[in-house]
Amino acid sequence: MKGIIGKKVGMTQLFDENGAVVPVTVVEAGPCYVVQVKTEETDGYNAIQIGYMEVPERKLTKGQLGHLRKAGAPPLRYLREIRLPEPPEGVQPGDVIKADVFEEGQLVDVIGTSKGRGFAGVVKRHGFRGGPKTHGQSDRHRAPGSRGAGTTPGHTFPGTKGAGQMGNKRVTVQNLKVALVDAERNLIAVKGAVPGPRNGIVFIQSAKKAR
Amino acid sequence: MTNALMASLKPERNPNIPDLQPGDTVRVHQRIKEGRNERIQVFQGVVIAMRGGNEPGATFTVRRTGAHGVGVERIFPFYSKNVEKVEVLRKAKVRRAKLYYLRERQGKAARLKEKRFLSV
Repeated sequence: MKGIIGKKVGMTQLFDENGAVVPVTVVEAGPCYVVQVKTEETDGYNAIQIGYMEVPERKLTKGQLGHLRKAGAPPLRYLREIRLPEPPEGVQPGDVIKADVFEEGQLVDVIGTSKGRGFAGVVKRHGFRGGPKTHGQSDRHRAPGSRGAGTTPGHTFPGTKGAGQMGNKRVTVQNLKVALVDAERNLIAVKGAVPGPRNGIVFIQSAKKAR
Repeated sequence: MTNALMASLKPERNPNIPDLQPGDTVRVHQRIKEGRNERIQVFQGVVIAMRGGNEPGATFTVRRTGAHGVGVERIFPFYSKNVEKVEVLRKAKVRRAKLYYLRERQGKAARLKEKRFLSV
């Protein structure tokens, strides 16, 4: 299991060796620092904690700075953990992770926070069709319709689709192919779309369900 | 394409494609892969549209009239290496960027006036 934290730069198109268009999302990935190595003995589970995005010292609390100093890492804004099945070997706090942990052609999962759409109605949020536009309708154009039967069962079933907060939520996109890796410029391009706005923080890790 | 990082990733425009204009009559040589074989297919017609500007997805549309007056249009990318060569056979005087009106015309009506003095 490998992982890296990055910032979404935007989408563009590349061409593969056959001359076919590949839609890609460009991510400025890393450099990340290993901040802490967790093992079953000391923490109850195996993981490495990595950090991304150097910031001035004054941006962090003393507690955060102390935690990072222990690892010999610079002040970092974002920390994420990579869970591992086995205790990690050969990884020391302070190690640098660059974009070249991944290779071109490999499958990865990308985790980000989707764009927030606020309190959205049922048409936008769940793709309901709304009511008829004509034939004497009043206030029915984007209405959700029935929420269920009446006296029996006497309540709305849990999970019934309704209006509510849409987006601004953790979203994982699985099995995206890595189209390009440039460790020198800390760039990774993955085929397809990635959750979140431009400049949003995304976490890339090896695909969990790769076939 | 505002970000400098993104701009640096922009693929190179296919150098085998000259500057085109709507109304140009062109011969497009396209590389086609069929299984293990590769061959060149030629498509000749009039450029009736170009879109995409400087984006890597930019394309141009070539229209020709095939057998029995059936119109055939093909869209080629400006940035893909699969276009082997483009020859400009004739340049025409046209007054709009998109020549979609040619789709409704046939035979004599679908002619374009040749450009005599090339402004470069």
